[in-house]
Amino acid sequence: MADLKEQIGKLCPQAQFDTEGEFLLITIDDAQWHPLAVSLKRELHFDQLMALVGMDWGEALGVMCYLTNTESGDIVHVKVSTANRETPRLHSVSDVWAVANYQEREVYDFFGIVFVNHPDMRRFFLRNDWVGHPLRKDYDASPEKNPLRLDDETNEDYTCSWVEDDKGNVTKKHGLVFDFDEYVINFGPQHPSTHGVMRYRVSLDGEIVKKVDVVSGYIHRGIEKMCESLTWPQTLLYTERMDYMAAHINRHCLCLCIEKAMGLEVPRRAELIRLMMDELMRLSSHLLSYGCLTMDQGTTTAFFYGFRDRELIYDIFDRTCGARMSMSYSTIGGVVADVHPDFVNDVRHACDVIEKNMKEYHQLFTGNVIARNRMVGVGTLSREQAVDYCITGPSGRASGVHCDVRKTHPYSRYEEFDFDEVTRTGGDSMARYMVRMDEMLQSIKILRQACDKLEQEGIQGEYCAKVPKMIKLPAGHWYQQVEASRGAFGVYIESDGDAKPFQKPYRMHFQTPCFNLIGVVDLTCRDNMIADLITITASIDFVIPDIDR
Amino acid sequence: MFDLSSVTGWIHGWLSGIMPSWLATTTECVLVALFLLIAYSVLAMIYIMYERWVCGWIQCRRGPIRVGPGGSLQIFADVFKILTKEIITLWSTDKFLFFLAPFLVVLASVLTFACLPWGKGFQVIDFNIGVFFIIAVSSIGVLGILLAGWSSNSKYTLIGAMRSGAQMISYELSVGISILTVVCLAGTMSITGLVEAQADGWFLFKGHLPAVVAFIIYIIAANAENNRGPFDLPEAEHELTAGYHTEYSGIHYGLFYLAEYLNLFVVSGIASLLFLGGWMPLHIPGWEGFNAVMDYIPSTLWFLGKAFFMTFIFMWIRWSFPRVRIDQMLALEWRYLMPIGLVNLVVMAVVVTQGWYF
Repeated sequence: MADLKEQIGKLCPQAQFDTEGEFLLITIDDAQWHPLAVSLKRELHFDQLMALVGMDWGEALGVMCYLTNTESGDIVHVKVSTANRETPRLHSVSDVWAVANYQEREVYDFFGIVFVNHPDMRRFFLRNDWVGHPLRKDYDASPEKNPLRLDDETNEDYTCSWVEDDKGNVTKKHGLVFDFDEYVINFGPQHPSTHGVMRYRVSLDGEIVKKVDVVSGYIHRGIEKMCESLTWPQTLLYTERMDYMAAHINRHCLCLCIEKAMGLEVPRRAELIRLMMDELMRLSSHLLSYGCLTMDQGTTTAFFYGFRDRELIYDIFDRTCGARMSMSYSTIGGVVADVHPDFVNDVRHACDVIEKNMKEYHQLFTGNVIARNRMVGVGTLSREQAVDYCITGPSGRASGVHCDVRKTHPYSRYEEFDFDEVTRTGGDSMARYMVRMDEMLQSIKILRQACDKLEQEGIQGEYCAKVPKMIKLPAGHWYQQVEASRGAFGVYIESDGDAKPFQKPYRMHFQTPCFNLIGVVDLTCRDNMIADLITITASIDFVIPDIDR
Repeated sequence: MFDLSSVTGWIHGWLSGIMPSWLATTTECVLVALFLLIAYSVLAMIYIMYERWVCGWIQCRRGPIRVGPGGSLQIFADVFKILTKEIITLWSTDKFLFFLAPFLVVLASVLTFACLPWGKGFQVIDFNIGVFFIIAVSSIGVLGILLAGWSSNSKYTLIGAMRSGAQMISYELSVGISILTVVCLAGTMSITGLVEAQADGWFLFKGHLPAVVAFIIYIIAANAENNRGPFDLPEAEHELTAGYHTEYSGIHYGLFYLAEYLNLFVVSGIASLLFLGGWMPLHIPGWEGFNAVMDYIPSTLWFLGKAFFMTFIFMWIRWSFPRVRIDQMLALEWRYLMPIGLVNLVVMAVVVTQGWYF
């Protein structure tokens, strides 16, 4: 950390440093932010923008940027504040890290911070006639301001950007989303292959896709806003409603983050149970993704095969957690109840069955000549693009990025297990599909080892630490990442150290993997065919509630 | 083998006895039309259930089981539902063409349906150019589909219709060429003549390699002709929601559905006519006893059995393969199927002139 501080100090003398927290904190003025961003990426190889968290600190607005060096795994975070609250402006870094494009649109939507030189400063989630910016602390939530609107939202045909000239004058400019003579077709929000209420506006030339404009927010629930009015244990509930195919993993992440802030020691056995649940969840998620990908290409039969085996995993959840979908199993300090006495046998059985059936999946679909023609070389994402757009998880590893959080920043005893990080170099739809299929085998490998460990440590035993009735966090901010089914899932929490009995988060941000995945839809689908759009989005495999939090 | 023409001949004689001959012919036409339409709708219902059960079996599930014993009454519930649904027309559609389209599709499939060899002496249309007639009338269907997509005035249906136009016109060539290959072997285009020529062995077995190649090409091309299986691009559910019939509802949608299943029967029937002997029982030269036993099975059963078997193959393909992409579909036809088919036709001509077939 000291080395980094010195190096960054040389690059930017105006930067202030704080080494107290878990990662190096750099505080910088907006004027130096863009040059610093460029040199951080070029000189120190901080090539991935993990998270861009909008903040309202009362006197000023701003952002927290978490940056990673994908080679060394170093993490730093940068705090940038606006000059005032009235006309909050920051310089955009979307030209440095491509992922910032959508991230900054989200921050603009919720905080009203205008990013200068951003190419397309439209709202991302809320309707374009929404009044106010909801995550600001001074937001007026009265129904008079934003009544329930029964009219249709109009399509936004114009982009809007604030451009700075050489003298520093900022002017607002408009551009066109689509040219007037383009053949624009609407995909969604109700469409069989968008896997939820996602909407694209697609410009076509015959069968060729020319541009995809993502219109998001149809099931945005404002989870981050809601969390600000709940106590810490209550916020856990919402994590499972984001990526419901990674319910355990997301909840695990928030638990880890709060435990880290509290300084709470979790029993080793509880960590093991959480880990097993995470891997079962990943297995079930990849089975679903196999089913959906195959069905989107017309193989309905394979879809049923995938769903048949997911039943086994859901039965395990059912017996131990008492629920099949939103399990609410992890909790601050461990898990809510001990595992079912047959848990280990059930897991072993499920592993055996799925491993056996994997051969059938490959026979039915992977080797099929039509499937290969549809997937090989379609929607290629290079390693640089994957890092630039912060594509993590199976989609990132298919492009050759070593981004498995279980390996780069191990948590919850993952370092004790012998498994491989599956990577491929193709970066196309086939590679993404194959990474998932191979990861299922790795999950099975982890689960088998975990079963042995759990038997050694006791089928029944200690499952939760002693946790105070009222959970209070000291003032500060923390960031925790885990490897969810679709990529790195991050939680940012900030506490104001409030001493009142029911302490509430000052700010809670979820950095979901699918939000970044949606950013490459336009990039990968351009100049491919309509059928490829379906293949690519299915192979990228996003879950809509994870985008619309 | 029992010749059904004695029954039809008896009816003709009886009708001619009690009325003038023009009226007798008219009555016969009406009776035949009634028979065809009833057979058409009954077969469509059987086929829908057949597909649902086969699909369920392939997909490790049970298919419809709730309505009636073993789910057998499910189809009546479905038909009743589709008949009672509201027919919705959008204000921006071209009303006349919009309503005309489903009837054109059904017309094409009824006309081809009428040509099938139902049994010995049980043939509705039988010219000396029977097979040509089948090829000609089956291409009316694509007109209906194009009209449906165009008149709906929607972007999805238009893409579906254009895909279907490209697909059906392309694959008609391969179907035509593989049919010609068989005609070349048989030396006749008459449907009765084709069946009679297979009395001592089905063409699939008689015609050596070229017949087998023609059979495979026919299966692939007929699947595409039918908008089924890996070639269901015109209505690709996951891309275009429902393709050319997105805007149809109620019985108009039902007509498309009906025609789709009947076309499945028609292509299976033509496959059995061309390659598996139509209604002709399985005869092995020299095995007199075996042949005599085979002759006891009614000819209509033979025909239906072969058609159902072919349909099973089509269903098997449909439920196992992913969907091809439009450019791959066209490449398959123009770069592979059609050249192979043409070469195959030449090979067949050589085989026939040299007398190398059995």
